Amino acid sequence: MTRALITGNQAAAWGARLARADYMPAFPITPQTEIIETLAGWIDSGEMDCRMVMMESEHSMITAAGAAAATGVRVFTATSSQGLMYAMEMIYGVPGMRAPFVLVNVSRGLQTPVTLEPDHTDVLAARDSGFLQIHCATCQEVLDQTLIAYRLAEHHRVRLPVIVNLDGFYLSFTREPVEIPDPAAVDRFLPGFDPETTRFRAGEPLSQGVVVLGSTPYSYFRYETHLAALQGLPAYAEIAADFAAQFGREYGALETYRSDDAEWVLFIMGSFATKAKDAVDRMREAGWKVGLVRPRLLRPFPDEPLRQVLAGKRGVAVVDQNLSMGKGGVLHSELASVLYGQLDAPPILASFIGGLGGRDIAPEEFYEMIQVLHRAAEEGKPPPPRLLFTGDELREVRKLQAIAHAERTEGLK
Amino acid sequence: MSEQTVTIYKRMKDLPSTRLLGAGTPMCAGCGGLQAVHEIYDILGEKTVFVNAAGCMTLLAVYPFTPFRGSWLYTSMASAPAGAQGVRDALDILLAKQRIKQEQDLDVVVLTGDGAAYGMGLSSTSSAIERGLDFIYVCYDNEGYGNTGQQTSAATPHGARTSTSTDARGFGGFKKDLFAIWAAHRPAYVATVIGSEPLDLARKIEKAKAMKGPRLIIALSPCPTGWDFDPMESAEIGHLAVKTGVWPLKEYENGQVTHTKVPSEWLPVEEYLKKQGRFAHLFKPQRNKALISEIQTRVDAYWAEVERA
Repeated sequence: MTRALITGNQAAAWGARLARADYMPAFPITPQTEIIETLAGWIDSGEMDCRMVMMESEHSMITAAGAAAATGVRVFTATSSQGLMYAMEMIYGVPGMRAPFVLVNVSRGLQTPVTLEPDHTDVLAARDSGFLQIHCATCQEVLDQTLIAYRLAEHHRVRLPVIVNLDGFYLSFTREPVEIPDPAAVDRFLPGFDPETTRFRAGEPLSQGVVVLGSTPYSYFRYETHLAALQGLPAYAEIAADFAAQFGREYGALETYRSDDAEWVLFIMGSFATKAKDAVDRMREAGWKVGLVRPRLLRPFPDEPLRQVLAGKRGVAVVDQNLSMGKGGVLHSELASVLYGQLDAPPILASFIGGLGGRDIAPEEFYEMIQVLHRAAEEGKPPPPRLLFTGDELREVRKLQAIAHAERTEGLK
Repeated sequence: MSEQTVTIYKRMKDLPSTRLLGAGTPMCAGCGGLQAVHEIYDILGEKTVFVNAAGCMTLLAVYPFTPFRGSWLYTSMASAPAGAQGVRDALDILLAKQRIKQEQDLDVVVLTGDGAAYGMGLSSTSSAIERGLDFIYVCYDNEGYGNTGQQTSAATPHGARTSTSTDARGFGGFKKDLFAIWAAHRPAYVATVIGSEPLDLARKIEKAKAMKGPRLIIALSPCPTGWDFDPMESAEIGHLAVKTGVWPLKEYENGQVTHTKVPSEWLPVEEYLKKQGRFAHLFKPQRNKALISEIQTRVDAYWAEVERA
């Protein structure tokens, strides 16, 4: 084991290297590119025995990844944002082939307008695809979860591709101290890939991705994939326990922070949870009974563990770093579906949209969220959803609009 | 065919007499594409994985049936060559790391219609060729989006009526020259074939099978439903496509294009056109002399250029 100061992107690359990925179809996109460049460097220097092929699009990249996994090699690939969207037909297409591989997504907001900065709208578009999703909050977690993701994807009862998500910029380009496990220890945790019966070989004819006629076989196979995804919950628990035994780092399906005796809970996914934890500490110092719950698994969604950790809480503030147009925060809906009708569910479930396009969330904003929960509990009235957006920010937009207006009306004629 | 090539297919009776591809597929009666795929499969054999893009032939493998004795992978309309890349690379890795034996290896064959080959899949095809992918691409070209009812595609010929080009002149555009586009990438091999010329087809597939690198085949596929003719006419229309010069049988290799079957006497194009309902408007209610002669002029100009070269 060595300790290094590396970025989230480099941590993802280390995960792929230690997993001994055989094959990497690749395509560059900001802020992911450093992952494939790092791996390409190791392949070129002979430090990693992996075949990399530069594809012409993410659509082709995911096709090649699924096809190679279905042929029987361990596949790694990575993308971000528009790339994930460009690949989306195949993101929904390949899981049904039941060929496991790992895709690292570096979250970045979607157009329009165009941005390079992070939010989770990209990866949530893959929510219903059949890919399982693991969301990371630190660079260490990115490396470790990439290894866990291979075990999960290749688990006999699962056999589905897995997305490991890290936030662009906040993790992708941030250096943190990371323990890089010994290759031999990783080999013990993650043995070589067994394609089971999903493989193309002469003399073993196999048809993949075929048509079905009628709704009966369609419903059957779609539901079977859903059941396999649900099997990901016990499988993940088993694998995470193995990982903890081997490497001493715990990765439950939920991260809970000071939530056991908390009355108020922040529910937040990804790296912004580290900011929220800092805010929790400060509120605790001020005597507020606040805690945090962060889902590491988005698919399968840890319904039952969430019901347990949130039972009896007075209120939950859901921070969504995404926006479903015409509905609001996706996590808020997800959590509501888990809690609704439970007798001991928190009576207040407030929705906050924040961190769009990389917008920071200030400590005071976390304090305000808890105040909103307080007030709602006192008034007995659920609060309306709220966008985290300050008067200063609005003034910034007004300035840009003033420039645009001046240039359009009084600029070069 | 170059002089040096030794073919085992010298006469029709040399062609394989057993059929590898199973019967009873959902393809239409008289499907010229299926005829070509039959003949191609007989030569390529069962140590193959067919990587398919959305089109008529996607319906060959309908759970739990397949006419193939080997393997099949459906991808998407745009990315069959990328699927072939993934399979080929994975097999190469497995061979290099000695996880499979040489005899477990497969030939990777992309199978798409013209909709994918001429249009949506052109980017992934171009890239697979540019990467030197070791694969065979078979395009069954029925000159329209046939599986959805023969809408105009980039392969539709000038003047043909399609379900989206219904006026008196038919389709106003021109068939894209995919052979030239593919050949411009300088791959190992490009050829045109047609099921109604099985000897020419067999020799080309035999040759392609023996090569490495990107090998691309376009099979003109007379289509009873899309072109509007009686299924029993399918082979005859194929013959006429060649005899009128509408479908030149040729191959590209080492920078050279060679025509493999040049009739000593040409039939007029209208012999080919008048057999097909999609060109009926050229003859009824009155003869559209201008358009027929325009089509003839283009075919003549093509062959005049071949002669000059």
